[in-house]
Amino acid sequence: MLNGDAGPAPAFAMQMLAAFARAVGAPALLDITGAHIDGCLYHGQVSLDFAERLAGSGGRVRVPTTLNVGALDLIHPELMRMPPAAQTPARRLMRAHEELGCEPSFTCAPYQTRFRPKFGDQIAWGESNAIVFANSVIGARTNRYGDFIDLCCAITGRAPAWGLHLDGPRRGSILFRLTGFPSSLVVTDALCVALGLIVGRAAGERVPVIEGLPAATEDQLKALGAASASSGAVGLFHAVGITPEAPTLAAAFGGRAPDSRIEIRPADVARALAHLSTVPDDTPLTAVCLGTPHFSHDEWRRFLQLLRGTAGDRGVPIYVNTGRATLQELQAEGALDDVGGFDVRVVTDTCTYLTPILERLDGAVMTNSGKWAHYAPGNLGVQVAFGELEDCVASAAAGRVARISA
Amino acid sequence: MTIRGQALMAGRAEAPALVLAEPLSFWGGIDVESGVVIDRSHPDLGTRITGAVLVMPGGRGSSSSSSVLAESLRLGTGPAAIVLAIPDPILTVGAIVAWTLYGVSCPIVVCPIDDLVTGATLAVESDASGTATVSVRRIDLE
Repeated sequence: MLNGDAGPAPAFAMQMLAAFARAVGAPALLDITGAHIDGCLYHGQVSLDFAERLAGSGGRVRVPTTLNVGALDLIHPELMRMPPAAQTPARRLMRAHEELGCEPSFTCAPYQTRFRPKFGDQIAWGESNAIVFANSVIGARTNRYGDFIDLCCAITGRAPAWGLHLDGPRRGSILFRLTGFPSSLVVTDALCVALGLIVGRAAGERVPVIEGLPAATEDQLKALGAASASSGAVGLFHAVGITPEAPTLAAAFGGRAPDSRIEIRPADVARALAHLSTVPDDTPLTAVCLGTPHFSHDEWRRFLQLLRGTAGDRGVPIYVNTGRATLQELQAEGALDDVGGFDVRVVTDTCTYLTPILERLDGAVMTNSGKWAHYAPGNLGVQVAFGELEDCVASAAAGRVARISA
Repeated sequence: MTIRGQALMAGRAEAPALVLAEPLSFWGGIDVESGVVIDRSHPDLGTRITGAVLVMPGGRGSSSSSSVLAESLRLGTGPAAIVLAIPDPILTVGAIVAWTLYGVSCPIVVCPIDDLVTGATLAVESDASGTATVSVRRIDLE
């Protein structure tokens, strides 16, 4: 492949992969069964030149490959508030990836599509929340890939044999223990977001183990992972008794002792959540943003039920990012026919914190996403209020930040 | 003085050193149009990296730094070479992309950096076989 006998595109990809492997100290390459590419978001001319060079020299992915979000909602172009000239290269970049044989999934939650990997699968994924979900919740194996190199893995069907692909580096190294919580602790979405933020900040790139979380839904683990990959560089976490590689504390650490131990108390959780909001309660809202990472089918169901049971003016638009596949499923079910009179704006293929979609940037936006709250003030310059999904719906109805959850 | 090191990206460059006190994430840390450090939390905020042999302990942060390094090299605002204390795959990828797409060279070398100071003219020779040297040609004390 390296000498060009498979064509110029695989040779180019293999040359890059070999140099990357040398830089990370990987002694060999291994086969992968799937890839997820984070190269659809336009970072400048180089993004487009790279994808078009590979596509133009006959490049094709060798394994099933999904695409992360781009800068545009191709299904709802009327939502875009980006000048047409800026949309052209962004659209070309998304198209070039389709020409390479990638699935036009355009979602940051490929684990919510039919391309979801299985336990033990070796994969090469980009997008921080997807990486941490695949490793932690599913037990598939990927390092934190990104720009260019994820596509090189997809085109060669190979990845460097190092890091989280191997058993040793997947063991936990830092223990986080929930301490001082009531025995009747109810696991809320916000608790999971707070744990993710705390764990990510302290763990950096190490593998954290969380002990004392009584239970969590898949969507809550998704929120925890996304938050940990926003405040830190977590690629894999273990939650004892919950995630597949951590049936016990000893299993999570592979029989070794933790390098360090950190206690998480209720006051730490409260502090982490308080830091996410930049405005006080009762602040008027210009929007509510949900679905970062992309809303799952279960999250939609819960959300729609809340909408139908909430009274109010409902003047605040609610933007919900979700995958195309999830939207199609909802439409087929007729689930979106009744949104309780709310102004629900479905966003696919992209995300409201990355690209100009929000109608108003001059006020406060409420979200249930730790990741959105973490990045949006810097990216968009908006004020943020963080709350539970129930609070977000109640606030959209009230037109201001309201809290109804305990 | 000549320091031996490991070549992450082959090439040659001779330019004044710019030694950063901390690792820098190119994404969110460098303005590609100007080559100036824009990370508000970085001690070298406001410094221009263009044309320098950038010396720093390591890379940091987002994998989008590959794109930002490659884009800065395309625009001519990037560094002439990068010398790191520990290997960084993300910057290596950016340098390979810039060389392959645009023929712009940015050798990357890993070696001990304690004796390197800002302003010294450094000659970087990084070989495709994996060996590299960083030689101090001249030190201009400001």
